[in-house]
Amino acid sequence: MIEGAKWRRWVFFYIPMAFFLLFLLFPFYWMVITSVRPDGELYRPWNSINYNPFWTWKPTWDHVRLLFEETLFASWLWNTMFIALASTVISLICGVFAGYALSRLNFPFAGSLGTGIFITYLVPQTLLFIPLAEIIRNYRLGDTPWSLILTYPTFLIPFCTWLMMGYFKAVPKELEECARIDGASRWQAMIYIIIPVAIPGILSAGIFAFTLSWNEFIYALVFLSSPEQKTVPVGVISELIRGDVFYWGPLMAGALLGSIPVAIAYSFFVEHYVAGLTGSVKG
Amino acid sequence: MAVSAVTTTLGDTPPPRRQRLLEDERWLAFVLLVPTMVLLGMFIAYPFVRGIMLSVTSSRVGVPGDFVGLANYYKIWNDGIFRTAVYNTFLYTGVTTVFKLSLGLWLAMLLNHHFRGKAFTRAFILLPFIIPTVLSTFAWKWMFDPTFSVINWCLFQLGAITGRINWLGDPDLAMASIMVVNIWRGVPFFAISLLAGLQTISPELNEAAAIDGAKPWQRFWYITWPLLLPVTMVVVLFSVIQTFADFQIVYVMTGGGPANATHLFATYAYQIGIGTGLLSEGAAISLAMFPILLLVVIVQLLYIRRVETR
Repeated sequence: MIEGAKWRRWVFFYIPMAFFLLFLLFPFYWMVITSVRPDGELYRPWNSINYNPFWTWKPTWDHVRLLFEETLFASWLWNTMFIALASTVISLICGVFAGYALSRLNFPFAGSLGTGIFITYLVPQTLLFIPLAEIIRNYRLGDTPWSLILTYPTFLIPFCTWLMMGYFKAVPKELEECARIDGASRWQAMIYIIIPVAIPGILSAGIFAFTLSWNEFIYALVFLSSPEQKTVPVGVISELIRGDVFYWGPLMAGALLGSIPVAIAYSFFVEHYVAGLTGSVKG
Repeated sequence: MAVSAVTTTLGDTPPPRRQRLLEDERWLAFVLLVPTMVLLGMFIAYPFVRGIMLSVTSSRVGVPGDFVGLANYYKIWNDGIFRTAVYNTFLYTGVTTVFKLSLGLWLAMLLNHHFRGKAFTRAFILLPFIIPTVLSTFAWKWMFDPTFSVINWCLFQLGAITGRINWLGDPDLAMASIMVVNIWRGVPFFAISLLAGLQTISPELNEAAAIDGAKPWQRFWYITWPLLLPVTMVVVLFSVIQTFADFQIVYVMTGGGPANATHLFATYAYQIGIGTGLLSEGAAISLAMFPILLLVVIVQLLYIRRVETR
């Protein structure tokens, strides 16, 4: 804690901290309040009298109801969940294997392969989405969940590999050698000895990959076209905005409900998530 | 092709030989790397080559097009909107990175103190980073709404304004609003990464310097900052790449408007390539990002190598 007089603590800690919390969390409060506020209150100009934007005495479920009854929100949630889980599992399997090979095995070109994977880690989705859309169409994957399940690993695998390399490097060689002396094959030593030791790393990579794929937007926007195939972010954009008309109540309710699964997953694994985040940067 | 060759040789031979193959480090490494290589090859390397090929043709949606050389690049070079987009992208990346770094570092140093509810605060602070960007950006768009803006309401109540401010209707204000959202989303990432870096610095160094009479800012400048620099560099370069190629925030907030004044590379490429269907020109616009991204990646690789060999 900050030493010295009490006012110093306020000026150098509490006030800046409160400022940060307000700035970072206010939009979420605003999302919550908008999603339960009746339309009559929502669309009152900001300068009308007796207007209190921060509270409502007449909360309503209308917006949520509209979301589930008049749009395909439930299918969007399910699609997003399925795509995020499937691409996370694929990326974890690939990332664990590749990370193991690159950190613990000697083979030609190991260094340059590692660098290559690191570079693909830095390729943003927006660089390749146009040719990729064509390729997806040629493979006849357009408008199916597989177009995303197969392309999301391209930005998840490099990160998983990179994170797992860090974890595998920390496991002492002796552990593996002991198992090999006891008659285990290389494959068995990897599956039964090394991978279990790296479970915290796998959890971190998994939770981070899950939030990243839940967050992805441009591929989903370009590759999916029919309403029942869409993910939450794309569905909300395309079905709750008609021309210039924004259905703000349902939009905010959708934004809130679409964030809850990822927020829950995150809250269970905060420590692993932070480890994944900092590990993904430090390498 | 490589996949099928491997699986058939593995499947046709009796188990002992397969095991012997997997005992060879090189074979095991190869087998373990195949899935990664296939996916990255199919969906990164191949699209990259396709993108370059596409950008030198005159393809549209449904029309294969002919080879036209560098005509698309020449066309975008003389395109006023493209030039605005380039300028915007550099401005956007530069300004937001400075703010994200300074605010993130400040927040990290606040979080580095011991206080009640620290774990809780840290968990909540990351929310802007984990909540899907498109969804949280909608909350911001609603806050910046010309007629129902809560920001206008607050400023009005404080007596700062008398008329409304049309946040997303004026090019400069729209750009500033977009930057605010990007900073909002990026600060948690900087703060948590830099906090991890700060925690590796031994408090004894600061205490020793304090005993020797160093003032707080001297301690920051001569001890904390140099020790934090490697982490800072990596975080900044990483963030620069993400920001430079950003799409979601601008797409939701303004869609590139008003009058195409707030486009970035990615949103303009989307508008041309997908919106109007000029695939080849769109591909050329997004590939125009590549030299700059490559430069950042090279700096990052060189820096990591330097730190590792030291």
